Amino acid sequence: MHDNAPIPRGGPTNVTRRTFIKGVIAGGVVVSSTAYLFRNGPLSAQAARAGTVERLMTLEVNGQSRRVDVAPNETLANTLRYKLGLTGTKLGCDRAECGACTVLVDDVPRYACSVLTHSVRGRRIQTVEGLAAADGTLHPIQQGIIEEQGFQCAFCMSGFMMATVGFLKKNPNPTREELAHGVSGNLCRCQDYDKILTALERGAQLAREA
Amino acid sequence: MATIHDVIPPFQLFQPTTLDAAADLVREHGDEAWIMAGGMDSFDWLKDRTKRTEAVIDLSMVEELRGIREVEGGLEIGAMTTLTDVAEHPAVRDRFGVLAQAAALVASPQIRHQGTLGGNVSQDTRCAYYRRGWTCYRAGGNICYADTPTAINREHAILGASRCVAVSPSDTAPALVALDAQMVIRRGGQERVVEAEDYFVGPSRDIRHMTVLESGDLLTTIRIPATWAGARFYFEKVRDREVWDFPLVNVASAIRENGGRITEARVVVGAVAAHPLRLHDVEESLAGAMVNDETLVRAGELAIRGARPLRYNAYKVPLMRNLVKRAVRGGPTGTTA
Repeated sequence: MHDNAPIPRGGPTNVTRRTFIKGVIAGGVVVSSTAYLFRNGPLSAQAARAGTVERLMTLEVNGQSRRVDVAPNETLANTLRYKLGLTGTKLGCDRAECGACTVLVDDVPRYACSVLTHSVRGRRIQTVEGLAAADGTLHPIQQGIIEEQGFQCAFCMSGFMMATVGFLKKNPNPTREELAHGVSGNLCRCQDYDKILTALERGAQLAREA
Repeated sequence: MATIHDVIPPFQLFQPTTLDAAADLVREHGDEAWIMAGGMDSFDWLKDRTKRTEAVIDLSMVEELRGIREVEGGLEIGAMTTLTDVAEHPAVRDRFGVLAQAAALVASPQIRHQGTLGGNVSQDTRCAYYRRGWTCYRAGGNICYADTPTAINREHAILGASRCVAVSPSDTAPALVALDAQMVIRRGGQERVVEAEDYFVGPSRDIRHMTVLESGDLLTTIRIPATWAGARFYFEKVRDREVWDFPLVNVASAIRENGGRITEARVVVGAVAAHPLRLHDVEESLAGAMVNDETLVRAGELAIRGARPLRYNAYKVPLMRNLVKRAVRGGPTGTTA
């Protein structure tokens, strides 16, 4: 299927589940949810010992500097999803065994569930929200997926896309086998690998032509 | 245990930026602090609450611990160098290919981008009973749950077991032992050097730990001497699935030949014992031998001498025998890289 019709993007009158959740997070419910997720333990009630990290930090996410309060025990996936509202990064297994949370740190694909946010201070982080251009033009990988209808439920899709974008920076013209090896750290529970690879290959081709 | 989708219990986080500061912190807080390299082993323990810690010393900001340096024909690899960097480094690939191959076969691309060489050789065992928090010998109890009549012990030891039957899960460890590597360990301001073969310990020596590292110790550098540069190498890893998985058995060899005869050899097998198992008897039998069927059969039989399989891991005995034969014969591996 080659449907090139523009994708409707959520505007003020077009409230999707995603934009609603984002609005809720930005609107203050975050206070109570973080109080649950990152409630103070006995340690954080004590005065911080000399040499421990400052909680308030600046993260470079998708080209923006974001000030954020990060607990020492917080993973990057949790910061992105629950502090910054970037819910395109999915949490599947939370154990570095599925790839759904893959983001780029300095252009290198990493599992955001298994990165301490404090360890990527000052590094460039890119999530799926940072793929499309500011004017809404899709990244070639996203365009390739639309053209080839590469995913079924697509829960794993943002992780696959970030793994592919990172892999193509090292090998822009891979064979199908090399590409499969490049995204071998990502699982699809729908077992749709053949179509996923076709879509990612199409995206890689579009990226080379761009 | 069901996977807990929750945050890690709170800890204080130290992020030293110099090796001196890191060594001091580890010395000062050694008993209570968790030393984190890439974190790929650490996060499982902490998220599952199987192990807890008051404080974490994260080494990711210590640039001195990263990188590969050429030293007198050999290499010095910082303990925090990622497995991707080890696998792709030209000098490692050209002269010590067995290590590049081993590093490239660890887990998945994302894990290799973050997991470090120092962490890979210092990780804890994968025994499912131990990792799920059962109070076995290794956890300070007085029973091995993997060695009971009803235990599932397909992945456990066939050699060198002593009460505990867990195995060393590392892929790079056998390669480093085959290369006669040395581990540089810092303790406060003091430094000591341990042969790779002696770095890994079995349960008869220390049932609670996989390495000689003690509280307050910090592995800083892995030295690869020039000894085996450019030798004939072989590495093969057999696992249930071709990504993520730990080895069922892996093998690393380094062989020098002269006029068709082996002059010197190293053959090391992983995941059959609690530490990478260097096969001294096999190595001795190979010295001066031609690579022919007779030599291969003798090497294979010597390798498995004394093996004592458990209920579900008898397959490891012929697997180990055949991998050792292949490691001596050389040629393309059966594993995708």
